[in-house]
Order: sequence, then structure tokens, then C-alpha cells
Amino acid sequence: MTLLITVIAAIAATVVWYANENRDTYRLGTLSLIYWGASLMWLMDFVFEYAELKAEYFNQEFADILNDSLLGVAVVALGLVAWLIILLIKDPKGVFKKKFAK
Amino acid sequence: MACFVVPGAEAVVVTAAYFVAKKREQKLELLKLDNTARYETAEPRITWSKRLGWLLALLWGGVLLLAFEHFWHGEVVPFPPFLTAMSSPEDTAEMLAEMGSVGVSMAVTVTAVWGLICAVAEAKVRKLRTALKKNAA
Repeated sequence: MTLLITVIAAIAATVVWYANENRDTYRLGTLSLIYWGASLMWLMDFVFEYAELKAEYFNQEFADILNDSLLGVAVVALGLVAWLIILLIKDPKGVFKKKFAK
Repeated sequence: MACFVVPGAEAVVVTAAYFVAKKREQKLELLKLDNTARYETAEPRITWSKRLGWLLALLWGGVLLLAFEHFWHGEVVPFPPFLTAMSSPEDTAEMLAEMGSVGVSMAVTVTAVWGLICAVAEAKVRKLRTALKKNAA
């Protein structure tokens, strides 16, 4: 579930990056790359676990699925926080500069 | 257990390479300003700092989110030895084996996908260059 939620977040971020004219200003590429990087890493983790457990991998307890889903949502939130921190540090619109120059 | 450490190590090396590339490009820019006549025919191109920036976002993004996942599962703790697998020699051996298989695969996959992104972007820029040359002629 964590992999699935992260892949969905990566696709959503990429669509927003593609459709938005201000993609460079808001560093939307960075946001989608953050999610794609994590998705690729978890994909490899899945491949190794699947090779070991085969179809048994998909027979999970409801509690495990719920825990993985919560982790997925938390991971998406953490990715957004990381992107927001980068955006505020880079300050592409010079908001802080204008504010402190007053 | 600690598979994210391998792409993390790669991210550190790539960060250093990124700053070296960035410094070189800044020097080249200064050279261009000093000698505009020689560099007047600037063509669209993707700089190495830009390419490495993509790889950095992929690697650091993945490492951050995976480190959080390990923290969630109690495999990473905020006090020494930081990785719970390091508390016993058996667990450490298992952790190292996992780093060698899953961790290395993660780093290789991310780098391969980055290579693909660079190849596609380069092809697109080459197409643009050809179109610009045709228009200029």
C-alpha cells in the first residue's frame, strides 16, 4: 500500500508539473522527483519481497494493510513538507526578500 | 533494515559532483562574459548541474522517505547505534546482506531511470537545436 500511495502521489505531482505554467517557479519537478525516487526504491523492495513470498505477499492482514496505508499517507505528507521547505529556502518569488527589505 | 543507506551514500557522492559541476559552469559563465564574441552562438543544452540536480532529487527524496519508513517500523532510532539491526552480530550480518542486494538494486534502478530521463531530455534538446538551425538557415 505504501508503494501504491507513493506512486499515485508521484503521478499526481507529475501531472501538476506538466499542466502548470509556473512549474519552475514552484519547483514542481523537485516534488515529483522526490516521489518517483521513493517509488523506485520501494518498487525494488517489493520485487525482492515478492521473489521471496510469491503470491503470499498479497495475503496480508487488514491491520497490516491499514498500517501500510497510514504510512503511505504520512510519507506523502513528509514529501510535501520537504518540498515546502525547499521552496521557502529558495524563495523563487522573493517573498522573504521583499518582506525583510521593508 | 537499512537498504536506504546505499542510495544515501550515492546521494552524498552525487551532491559533491553537483557542486563541482556547478562551480565549473559558473567559471565558464564568467569566461563567456569576458569573451562574448567567442561564445556568441550559444545553443540550448542541458548542463551537468541540471542533470545531477534531477538525480539528487530522486536520491535524496527516496532516502528521506525510506528513512522515515524505517523509523516507522522501528528499524531506525534517534539514538546510537541508530540502526536497531546493529545491536547483534547476526542482525548486522543480515542487514549487510540486505544492503548488498536490495540497497544496491535501489541505487542502480534510480540511476538507470535517471540515465533514461537524461537521454530523453537530450534527444528533445537535440531536436530543438536542429529546428533552430533550420530556422536560422
